[in-house]
Amino acid sequence: MEGLFAFCVGMLTFCGIYLVLRARTFTVVLGLTFLSYAVNLFLFSSGRLRFEGAPILGTAEAYTDPLPQALVLTAIVIGFAMIAFIVILAMRARADLGNDYVDGRSPRSSREKPSAKEKS
Amino acid sequence: MTQHLAILPIIIPLFAGILQLLPPLSGSVERQRVFSVLLAALLIIAIGVLGWHVMHQGVQIYALGDWQPPFGIVLVADQLALLMLMLTAVLGLCAILFACGGDDKQGAYFYPLMQFQLMGINGAFLTGDLFNLFVFFEVLLIASYALLVHGGGKQRTSAAVHYVILNLVGSALFLFALASLYGTLGTLNIAHMSLRVGELAAGERAIAQAGGLLLLIVFGLKAALLPLHFWLPKTYASASAPVAALFAIMTKVGIYAIFRVYTVIFGDGAGELANMAQGWIWPLALLTLVLGAVGVLASPNLRQLVANLVIVSVGTLMVTFALRSEEATAAGLYYMIHSTLVGGALFLIADMIGQQRGKAFDWFVMARKLKQPTLLGILFFVAAMAVAGLPPLSGFIGKVLVLQAAHETAEMLWAWPVILVTGLVTIVALSRAGTTLFWRYSGDKTDAEPLSVYQVASVIILLLTIPMLVIFAAPVTDFTQQAASQLHNYNELMQVLLPGGQD
Repeated sequence: MEGLFAFCVGMLTFCGIYLVLRARTFTVVLGLTFLSYAVNLFLFSSGRLRFEGAPILGTAEAYTDPLPQALVLTAIVIGFAMIAFIVILAMRARADLGNDYVDGRSPRSSREKPSAKEKS
Repeated sequence: MTQHLAILPIIIPLFAGILQLLPPLSGSVERQRVFSVLLAALLIIAIGVLGWHVMHQGVQIYALGDWQPPFGIVLVADQLALLMLMLTAVLGLCAILFACGGDDKQGAYFYPLMQFQLMGINGAFLTGDLFNLFVFFEVLLIASYALLVHGGGKQRTSAAVHYVILNLVGSALFLFALASLYGTLGTLNIAHMSLRVGELAAGERAIAQAGGLLLLIVFGLKAALLPLHFWLPKTYASASAPVAALFAIMTKVGIYAIFRVYTVIFGDGAGELANMAQGWIWPLALLTLVLGAVGVLASPNLRQLVANLVIVSVGTLMVTFALRSEEATAAGLYYMIHSTLVGGALFLIADMIGQQRGKAFDWFVMARKLKQPTLLGILFFVAAMAVAGLPPLSGFIGKVLVLQAAHETAEMLWAWPVILVTGLVTIVALSRAGTTLFWRYSGDKTDAEPLSVYQVASVIILLLTIPMLVIFAAPVTDFTQQAASQLHNYNELMQVLLPGGQD
């Protein structure tokens, strides 16, 4: 189970980082979402993985560490808020800047000579 | 009642923010202004009372919900936290006062956001465990995101996109670091972690080290340490003036976290992991100073110049961290007070100058004559002298303390020339900026509005701290000395923090 779990976290992180490094806001937002999934899973596993363990005393034979679950819950709530904010900000940037590039201008146009209109 | 004092710096701005969203206040800017200024003043008084208790009765611990540490959440008000709280409150009051001059009308919810930002910063300074440090980081960040785009405009939006994405990646790294530290140390309470870190097995030590260094990346990003500082000039230069002034404390939050984590947890008592960050921070601090100075010279407008001065101050502070002695930390704390307040004042002055120069704003080009050149000139001159570190102002004392702390150590060979030359570069850049802004104008006609009283008052309050820091240098350095020794001798605090025994 540990191997599979580690693979999933690694894969999500990999995809997240790849997408965050893209130039358009939509993929970046997707990448951040993936990253936050990876983070939550990783945080969850920090208390050791255990089958059928309850985080509350007196409810099961085996116990698992309750603290990571509390941490993950907090992290998920915060993560949702932040993703919601960046989605709205990305939409606003799309409206304000006229394109969805992270830098506010397409990489092609900045390599060519910027025309007077784009400069403004 | 007094046992609840430690949570007041979080509660006051929280309720102030919430109340301002409710009808009697939300409807009128005038009422919000009065309320905000009053609450900011109340915050200063509350922190003052808390400070009195800390000085006379020792460190104040507040266990939230009365759950005892190490498993409950604790707030720890020691002298370092107190110093930072006071600094935040003063800067916050001045920023709010400045905003009363008209910046608050650019968009909705300015004052509530300001209060939430203060709450997040105060919480980050007070918290005693790393996960709540993360939570308060997020509180202050989400307020800062909204404040940054406050007022709108193309430039602000594009700066905000970079800033938000960078910080979200930083938050993800923060959680990765916390998870690996929790997985190895089994606790997130800073005091408890510092006990456990020395007893790690060899295999787990590597993971804890990776976690610790990941944390350094996160704090380095917040503190704008090279090479993670590229977001800062654009972000700070595009924010509206009171917001930028309040942001002057935000890099200090990162520095504070570095001081806390790498002195207490990974400090001298950490066994194999002792001082693991120092090898990284020392060269980066010097490079930050150098690149900050280059940035200061290259800035095309005053706000970017000031933003680069913030980077220079970050470099100086990191040098004092890398020296790893009580004396250096104390010097750093004095310099931190000075650089935060003067940095904030300079952002405000840049905006005031910009208001009177029409379209050219604060760019270093020929423009209309200033309406009130004498007043602005004096304010700019005092702030510039202080920030460049010329005698007899507080920057001079701060720099002398830093240089003294580096005196006769092996690092002196590098620290002295770099700090002194960046000081010189700063003077050159500031004098060039001053001459362009004040003396190169075309025509004598100006139709600019005179400055608002609130704006002038807030800058004067901030600048008054400069002579105060000089006159009361002895008590202030005494205080920073005590705060530094408390930070370096954390073991004495351990008895208060973990009364139930160790483990």
